[in-house]
Amino acid sequence: MNNSRTNSNGGYDAIVIGAGHNGLANAAFLAKAGLRVVIVEKNPWIGGASVSRELHEGWIYSNCSYVCSLLRPEIYRALELAKYGLQVVPYGGSVTFTQDGNYFGSYVDEDVSRREMARFSERDADASLRYHADIMRQCRFIRQFLLRTAPDPTSLKPFDVKEMMHLGREFWKLGEDTLGDLIRFYTMSISDYLDEYFEHPVIKAAYAGSGIIGSALGVMSPGTAYVLLHHAMGEVDGSIGSWGFARGGMGAIAKAMAGCFEAHGGEIRTDAGVEQIIVKGGKVTGVALENGDEVHAPLVVSNLDVKRTFLQVMDEKDLDAEFVTKVRNFKIRGSSGKLNIALDGLPEFPALRGNPEMIRGDMHFIDSIERLERAYDDWKDGSWSKDPYVDLLIPTLTDPTMAPPGKHFMSVFVQYVPPKLTKNGVKGCDWTDEDRDAFGETVINQISKYSPNFRDLILHAEVRTPRELEAEVGLTEGNIFQGELTLDQLLFNRPIPGYAQYRGPVKGLYMCGSSNHPGGGVMAAPGANAAREILRDLRKPNTVPEGWLDD
Amino acid sequence: MKIIDYSDRDHYKTQAFQTPFHERAAAFNQKHCWGRWKDYITANTYYDTATEYFAARNACSVFDLTPMTKHRISGPDALDFMNRLVTREVGKIKPGRVGYTVWCNDAGQVIDDGTIFHLEEGVYRLCSQEPQIDWLMTSAIGFDVDIVDETHDVAGLAFQGPTTCAVLKLMGLEGIENLTPFGIAKFDLDGFELTVSRTGYTGDLGYELWVAPEHALTLWDRLFEAGALHGIRPIGSEALEILRIEAGFILAGVDFLPANEAVRPGRTRSPYELGLGWLVHLDKPYFTGKRALIKEKENGSRYVFAKLNIEGNKPAHQSFIFDKRQKFAGTVTSAAWSPSAKVNIALATLEAPHGKPGDQLLAEIYYQRELKWSRVMAPCTVVEGVFWDPPRKRETPPPDF
Ligand SMILES: Cc1cc2nc3c(=O)[nH]c(=O)nc-3n(C[C@H](O)[C@H](O)[C@H](O)COP(=O)(O)OP(=O)(O)OC[C@H]3O[C@@H](n4cnc5c(N)ncnc54)[C@H](O)[C@@H]3O)c2cc1C
Repeated sequence: MNNSRTNSNGGYDAIVIGAGHNGLANAAFLAKAGLRVVIVEKNPWIGGASVSRELHEGWIYSNCSYVCSLLRPEIYRALELAKYGLQVVPYGGSVTFTQDGNYFGSYVDEDVSRREMARFSERDADASLRYHADIMRQCRFIRQFLLRTAPDPTSLKPFDVKEMMHLGREFWKLGEDTLGDLIRFYTMSISDYLDEYFEHPVIKAAYAGSGIIGSALGVMSPGTAYVLLHHAMGEVDGSIGSWGFARGGMGAIAKAMAGCFEAHGGEIRTDAGVEQIIVKGGKVTGVALENGDEVHAPLVVSNLDVKRTFLQVMDEKDLDAEFVTKVRNFKIRGSSGKLNIALDGLPEFPALRGNPEMIRGDMHFIDSIERLERAYDDWKDGSWSKDPYVDLLIPTLTDPTMAPPGKHFMSVFVQYVPPKLTKNGVKGCDWTDEDRDAFGETVINQISKYSPNFRDLILHAEVRTPRELEAEVGLTEGNIFQGELTLDQLLFNRPIPGYAQYRGPVKGLYMCGSSNHPGGGVMAAPGANAAREILRDLRKPNTVPEGWLDD
Repeated sequence: MKIIDYSDRDHYKTQAFQTPFHERAAAFNQKHCWGRWKDYITANTYYDTATEYFAARNACSVFDLTPMTKHRISGPDALDFMNRLVTREVGKIKPGRVGYTVWCNDAGQVIDDGTIFHLEEGVYRLCSQEPQIDWLMTSAIGFDVDIVDETHDVAGLAFQGPTTCAVLKLMGLEGIENLTPFGIAKFDLDGFELTVSRTGYTGDLGYELWVAPEHALTLWDRLFEAGALHGIRPIGSEALEILRIEAGFILAGVDFLPANEAVRPGRTRSPYELGLGWLVHLDKPYFTGKRALIKEKENGSRYVFAKLNIEGNKPAHQSFIFDKRQKFAGTVTSAAWSPSAKVNIALATLEAPHGKPGDQLLAEIYYQRELKWSRVMAPCTVVEGVFWDPPRKRETPPPDF
């Protein structure tokens, strides 16, 4: 990199481990504040789980994450991501196919959507207003904390006291009813929650899906209502809950962040996996790379998940025993898989009878809460779901850049896929290539039940189980959020109590990945919040934006 | 016949449906100026809003209100259910009568307002702005009632203005002149049933005409035939907006937020806060929200609904209202120049204790002349009663014009 900066003695002010989107955002904010920053990334490419790669000639995949909503607009703007080539195009609508050859759709037009719901239940169609108002209430509460560091409730530092008071005030402002609702919401199962609004099984199933994405929990498990909120609190251009495609695939987000970072003098080293964070005299001094090189800096920021950071690239002897135990206990169970498929043409879904809207949004094939729960039962039994829940999209119907005209890229997110398998009664068996292929086959079969010509259109498929996600992205157990999104691991308890402010237990060590508040998804908030704290410690001017409030 | 069949899997192909009057309305709609009203398209204006407005105040006007949400409530417990649902004593609405009402959530906050048509002994139709089936079913637990959404089973025209009674007589509705305000009568029109209620949203003499959708065009034709020499005109929602503000009628989503759609705390309103205390019958047996409303009555309300008479001629759309010391007092929710009263009027939500009749306030009005924006602080007075209240509204039989 010709415009990269090192400090006077040729070194760096900070090393960011990992070029995931949070590492990139963090590094960009630090570089904007004038720090000399280097990112060391183990892969030959950047982006982590926000990546686009060409695995089949002419096709660009969104290999992991595939849709964008959580990315904070404040960060989008502050890092000038538009200038660096990012465009997020909203899409609308979704469909749930039912086993009887019908389907339930959701449309951008609210009246059409209401009528579609009335096709199944007139009462549910009306109840959805109440439901959306209640979800929006929860969104409004959580959204204001996304670009704030969570206060430490045990601390008497002015910052924490002030933030605790803010939290308390906002709680109080919710009013008596909503306060109660909030507590219920964070502890309820999505199934129980939906029962309070809807009567029709297909409608419940359609709504329940986003309560289990990326989570090792079933629709009937407490805590899944919050997971749904995590997927509803984003926005595209101020439209809360909307989702969009990053033009060119999710890698475009990482690419734009890298563009901003490099324009501010930052340096990215790929193929530079970190073997160990070097600690001397209770302080970090740099990192040792797998290739034997060392890079030195007084400040090291880890974009890796909390387990990888402390149990793999740090020497446990540099850490307190209790701390290490808590890190070990951090829940990061993998539960998801993914298929990325190059298609020779557009698959047909006969149930749609030519409805052109439904294939532009999310497609789902599970039509009852019970089927969703059974899909989870398989996970508990150490197997991928035999009747899996998939979130299927064909981004190329919106994005002209990802496949040749008339050809398509299909992104199939799959729930549930365990990190280890139980084989012949033996728990904890590793995945083999045959297992992976059998899993891929299960998913292709599931889709084929609803699209007879689908299989014949497949030109190439990338099948990813937690094994591949861990090996490639470094997501421990393949957990897509770098740690589960349950109340015990949220806000000031994320990743572990006492360490929710992006500072590690060793001087000079910081954490900026999704293991930290406010959690996973392509949001960039953990990276940005970590940068704010780092700059505070360095007494440098803050380059990280505050959140825009809704009112 | 149902205008919209909910079981139709391909309904999405018609994003917005035509009402059964559409064919005729479209022939009049020289501006092609249509708006969306829930599942339907209806005219915003046909020709010219002022002309349409004056048709309603000077002759007679026809407004297509088919999209209005309608629920039919019947069954052995229908009356008890209605009384549990709404704030007013429904027992006083005799068969063949209509009553305006509001209904509230547990916290005494208004979910919607609407009219109860007591169609026949124990059979009610509830007309409202928003769909209510979820709330009605929730409220029906423990009652033996039958609740159906009949929005798409009934076509309706609001027929309003001073010559309406004369025209209906010409149409052959025998005895229509004896129908008192809020009365319902049934007629045979060319062999089908026409239900007429002396109701409306204009605060004037007028009727609402209800038929099965398949007879809609006949109704339209017979009405326009009879009205030809009496100044009949179709009118759109823009003219109606002025008419209803003059009449002091509130609109859901504009003058108040339906409680079950509210996200932010403090955004909802009680009936007292909407000037509808007269609809709250605390002496009747328990109804949803009663406890909260009793408490509010004791402790006072947060807001006051006020009708404002504003100096000058610049409509106070979306104005902030200040008190004499320039302190914030509230906001305007609806505003218009009243062509009939010749005053500048507005409906406003004020913070208590502002809003007593006679209170002097200031409206901050932004207006534009040739692209230049200016601002005035227009003095205004809180007034009692409605801005337009012609005696013919109450007279039975009503005058012919
Ligand atoms: C299959 C899948 C689908 C998803 N779908 C969506 C979606 O549609 N929308 C959404 O918003 N979110 C989605 N997510 C979640 C989201 O992608 C992640 O939560 C987010 O991208 C994580 O970003 P991060 O920067 O915190 O960490 P990561 O992306 O995990 O980045 C960590 C980086 O560190 C690197 N690294 C690891 N170990 C080392 C080492 N030793 N040395 C150097 N570098 C190392 C990795 O290669 C990686 O680049 C999905 C995730 C997955 C896996």
